[in-house]
Amino acid sequence: MRGEKIFALIIITVLIIGGAFWAANPIQNNLKLGLDLKGGVMVRLQAQGAVTDRDIAQIIEIMRTRVDSLGVTEPVIQREGKDRVVLEIPGIEDPDSAINLIGKMALLEFKTMDGEVILTGKDLAEAQEAKDPQTGEVYVGLKFKPEGTKRFAEATARLVSMYPQVGEKRDEKRHIAIYLDEEIIQMPYVSEPIPSGEARISGGYETLEDARKIALLLRSGALPVPVEIIENRSVGPTLGTDSVEKSKLAALWGLAAIMIFMLLFYRVPGIIADLSLVLYSLLLLGILLAIKATLTLPGIAGFLLSVGMCVDANILVYERLKEELRNGKSLRAAIDAGFSRAFTTILDSNVTTLLAAAVLFFLGSGSIKGFAVTLSIGILCSMLTAITFIRYVLKALADSGLVKNTKLYGA
Amino acid sequence: MMDFIGKRKIWYALSLIVILVAIGSLFMQGLNFGIDFRGGTLLQLKFEKAGITGTEIRAALEEFGLEKSSLQQSEDSFIIKTAELSREKQADVLQTLESKIGKFTLLRSESVGPVIGDELRRVGLLALVIAAVLQIIYITIRFEFRFGIAAILALMHDAIITVGFFSLFQYEVDLTFIAAILTVIGYSINDTIVIFDRIRENLKLMRKEELAALVNKSIKQNLVRSINTSLSVAFVLVALLVLGGETTRYFSLAMLVGVTAGVYSSIFIASALWYDFVPTVKGQKKPVKI
Repeated sequence: MRGEKIFALIIITVLIIGGAFWAANPIQNNLKLGLDLKGGVMVRLQAQGAVTDRDIAQIIEIMRTRVDSLGVTEPVIQREGKDRVVLEIPGIEDPDSAINLIGKMALLEFKTMDGEVILTGKDLAEAQEAKDPQTGEVYVGLKFKPEGTKRFAEATARLVSMYPQVGEKRDEKRHIAIYLDEEIIQMPYVSEPIPSGEARISGGYETLEDARKIALLLRSGALPVPVEIIENRSVGPTLGTDSVEKSKLAALWGLAAIMIFMLLFYRVPGIIADLSLVLYSLLLLGILLAIKATLTLPGIAGFLLSVGMCVDANILVYERLKEELRNGKSLRAAIDAGFSRAFTTILDSNVTTLLAAAVLFFLGSGSIKGFAVTLSIGILCSMLTAITFIRYVLKALADSGLVKNTKLYGA
Repeated sequence: MMDFIGKRKIWYALSLIVILVAIGSLFMQGLNFGIDFRGGTLLQLKFEKAGITGTEIRAALEEFGLEKSSLQQSEDSFIIKTAELSREKQADVLQTLESKIGKFTLLRSESVGPVIGDELRRVGLLALVIAAVLQIIYITIRFEFRFGIAAILALMHDAIITVGFFSLFQYEVDLTFIAAILTVIGYSINDTIVIFDRIRENLKLMRKEELAALVNKSIKQNLVRSINTSLSVAFVLVALLVLGGETTRYFSLAMLVGVTAGVYSSIFIASALWYDFVPTVKGQKKPVKI
């Protein structure tokens, strides 16, 4: 029995310390970092006017195409509330042009000179940049959907018949103006009716790259309703790395200070407290990894604060233990009594904190949510370590008879 | 032995003075809301050239009528906070800064519209109220209503002092401040509950004891725990304050003030308030049985 317990204690200690060394790197490398830590762009869009679910779904689709064209990994695009869309784009080189691309309306319109709208971006099936092999001219080739094809054919036929060409003189009114975001990008002359549903926008581009950008904008479509950027935040990668390094340093020193303090103040239980802190940190980080939570700067703060909760659980137990020992109870009896009494306290005090964290989670957004998540998981982990680990190790220690002097437990 | 209940008028007075200063400051100068709340644009730049002064930057901003913007040096970079700039204007401002002062890296840029700020204020306040109500309900279920009210008063005490501290020194209040206040509330209530829990337990154990002495004893039995736990939290917060970056600085400061107020209120105020809420039978000492 005694030998068994001693063996168990050694195994536990080795496992925890070994686990910490073994897991340090995988945790560091696999934890998903938020934009504030690794750099990136967050944009919050507000759709204007009466917005339907379909509009939002379409906006999200369009944004996805636009963001994908930036060639970034793991962008997050999601709806927020009734009429908002939030985009989070990590690790981006040029945040500024990304925000510009996202904010683009890409409202495409084909109008007659009388201002009549013939087609809009919705009628567009395809837009592709190309270079004319003969003239070398760069253009964007358009293909319309059946409905658009029909209307385009009608309009061109009408224009041709209404404004017949006399000799070389071209009638002003026989042009079609192509607007992108209310700016004329092309005003081609209709030389003949176009029933095929294919058209070219040419002349406006210096390079194929220019044409590619326009084609992309057109392809990713016209937004169903106008959107406005109501919030944007971008963090450069250097600042992010700096924050990670600084928080890591703060976390290490903070933890070290607590561990030394606990060791000095509580002696033998202090060792258990320190082990429980390491175990607790591993548990919390492991869960964050498992649920693929994103660690943000406030999240790190939440983690550090929940460390305080874990220490508190330890302190509550050891203070009780001390009292019970001073009341003349035997070590084993004191551990049992101390535990059962400390437990209701730990439960009540943690539940009230958990309530605050839950409110933050449901009402907060973005980084505040991240803070609430780490804080809540932290509180749960600290309760778990308190009722299982600390209890088991304290009892095993008493059973093993390794440390019998109750003075070393604080009596 | 320290008499927490007998001398409670002194502790009340002390708290009242601090709270009055806090409220006075809030009325006189309000809070220094950051762009999260007010709406606006923040640009953090790091110039390649060393020795750039704030005056140079202000001079460059003058062209846009932005010379009154807040300007703050953080290690080797500058943080400029202006009214909300349009995308085009922001590009113009950055270009002017580059041509007038020199090349720089844009470390951070944030632009928040006024809608967001209004919402944040509303949601922040709502979060506080909901959290407080939920906690009163929980405490009423687990303890009794009087404990709940005393705990919430202690919690408001801590929150007002923290907010007042930020008002007094005009530190910036941003998104993380809300998180800090809510955590302070969580901690404060946690701290108070631990002592109430002890009072509840002692009420069952010491039926003969006079109530004031019983409360005193309960506080004293928890004193070491209160101080040790707060110290542990303070270790982390000080580490974050000193070693952490710009972004967590005010968060840890707010927490530090709140946790300090929280220890004080849970030791000196909360239980005393509860004691005062327990009704007295005329001319008699307060009974132990509640």
